[in-house]
Amino acid sequence: MRIKKAFQEEARRRLIPFITAGDPDFETTLELVGLLDEERVTAIELGVPYSDPLADGPVIQAASARALEQGMNLPRVLELAEAARNRGVTTPLVLFSYYNPILRYGSEVLMTRAAQVGIDGMIIPDLPWEEGRELSRQAAEQRVDLIPLVAPTSRERIQRIVSDAKGFVYCVSSLGTTGVRSDFDQKVDAFLDTVREASPVPIAVGFGISRRKHVDRFLEHADAAVVGSALIRMAEQRKDALTDADRREDALEEIRQFVRELADERSVSVYRT
Amino acid sequence: MTVNTADELGRFGHFGGRFVPETLMAALTELEEAYREALADDLFQAQLRKLLQEYSGRPTPLTLAEGLTKEAGGARIYLKREDLNHTGAHKINNTLGQGLLAKRMGKQKLIAETGAGQHGVASATVAALLGMECKVFMGEEDVRRQKLNVFRMELLGAEVIPVTSGSRTLKDATNEAIRHWVSHVEDTFYLIGSVVGPHPYPEMVRNFQRVIGDETRAQLLEKEGRLPDDVVACVGGGSNAIGMFTAFLEDESVRLHGVEAAGEGLETRKHAATLTKGSHGVIHGSLTYLLQDEFGQVTPAHSISAGLDYPGVGPEHAHLKERGRVRYTTAEDGEALEAIRLLCRTEGILPALESAHAVAEAVKIAGEKSHDDIVVICLSGRGDKDVESIRQGLEGMQDAD
Repeated sequence: MRIKKAFQEEARRRLIPFITAGDPDFETTLELVGLLDEERVTAIELGVPYSDPLADGPVIQAASARALEQGMNLPRVLELAEAARNRGVTTPLVLFSYYNPILRYGSEVLMTRAAQVGIDGMIIPDLPWEEGRELSRQAAEQRVDLIPLVAPTSRERIQRIVSDAKGFVYCVSSLGTTGVRSDFDQKVDAFLDTVREASPVPIAVGFGISRRKHVDRFLEHADAAVVGSALIRMAEQRKDALTDADRREDALEEIRQFVRELADERSVSVYRT
Repeated sequence: MTVNTADELGRFGHFGGRFVPETLMAALTELEEAYREALADDLFQAQLRKLLQEYSGRPTPLTLAEGLTKEAGGARIYLKREDLNHTGAHKINNTLGQGLLAKRMGKQKLIAETGAGQHGVASATVAALLGMECKVFMGEEDVRRQKLNVFRMELLGAEVIPVTSGSRTLKDATNEAIRHWVSHVEDTFYLIGSVVGPHPYPEMVRNFQRVIGDETRAQLLEKEGRLPDDVVACVGGGSNAIGMFTAFLEDESVRLHGVEAAGEGLETRKHAATLTKGSHGVIHGSLTYLLQDEFGQVTPAHSISAGLDYPGVGPEHAHLKERGRVRYTTAEDGEALEAIRLLCRTEGILPALESAHAVAEAVKIAGEKSHDDIVVICLSGRGDKDVESIRQGLEGMQDAD
């Protein structure tokens, strides 16, 4: 319900930031979630670090490796979400995890636990529609939205994938892994329009979005923009400051400015109910 | 038991499937359709048969290993000589098949992953033969271990891309090949080297490799007038093993043995015994057995043999294990080295480190049988590429003695 409501609210940034949980550490991730909540983003993607992130480019691969070294894992990410809710975070939280950690945890148990700690949705980049039917059902029982992904190559698959979508649909902007791109193919607009037309829920677009210019461009065809690698790189460059009590505030402030520059709080593109 | 055909979702029983980013799903459907068409096309089959015969030198011989038989002191041992293929291993059976398929699909760019370098060499060879571009992804650690194969691939006109992520071995080379494929899926054909990956790869590679067992079965019937009692093959991803086993799955009297790498020992963490010590998990697009920790993170494998150094295994092997049709066991690094020395001295054949794992187990099995029994070993490749690792390994063993 939080996701649906967030897309309907006017006073929100049409941004869905992605951060890797545990990079650089548990406490800093919690601070970042708090900051993004204060900045009224549409949702926050919490990345579960994985040893073999095959949909990710170098920036998120490295963030994942750093988080794993910190001892981060799926149960700890759930604790992190719970801690964020206890601190009063109200923004929708979307868990982003590769399938294997979920399989290992047990998908049914995970959905129950996720709902308890205040997770609103899940994105599983290596679980395509055909493989996700059972998990989608388990998620729906707990009112967790399994967010489907569509890609420019999906074509005639789009209709089937989005027809019973919950929460929002994640559109992959272009071929390739996550990571900053300087430019996007013009054809992506037609793809986004197709998905938006077919989808019963809002659509978000991600992969490669790093600047205001990109966000503005995409918000003409989508309801929110996902920014991952660019944000993670900002945090990576400020890693020492972020983990130093005396310098943390300044570093967080710089990240806050970056988020503010990406999108305005009062958005032009409110999802039409 | 009938030959397994993957179901609609690409499952062998519980295992297999397509656990890949959405971007690749359309390409996998396109590949499956093209593959089914090619299977039914007599011209394609004739082209492939001709290349296997006139280019790779098939059928490969089935050699009665008299010296090794005497040494083992029991059953008669036959060697299926995949080492005598062009490029020195069974890998070419599959790359010829997939290369022809890529050509038929109008794709000019091949990508491949490689561990030991054998599949990389076989891919580069086929690219040269068919006039295609080829990029080979290889872990930096393997680039170091297999310098000569890197040079061979470059000589054949392929570009070798060292992979620096993760453990810098086959697992990471495969990740990087998949990432490259996601970026270039529209004009690039991913030539997977084993019976792993998303559907239809496990089934398709199996069918390109089943010539090994089909030939063996016919050759043995001709020589001995009967089927073998035991068939032994090494298992990393498992393509030579599945290629050998498929012909015998319905012959219930034939015992099938898959040998995984126990590395420095099953009690250590330095092994690659996925079926023996792993658990259900998803790797490289397939639900199978996996070496992983309690949180579902993939743990690095270890074997002296770069070709077996892989934390996953083909999904059909996972299925055959659970059905109890194949017995999966292991051989340690040291046992493989001993087997190499033994085969060199008794037969004048230098096996690949991978194949030596099968030799080690087969000698144990043969020793407990009578001379009337027959054991077949799939000698998947020759060991020229491994001479340096073998020298270092044997020296290490002497030091330890």
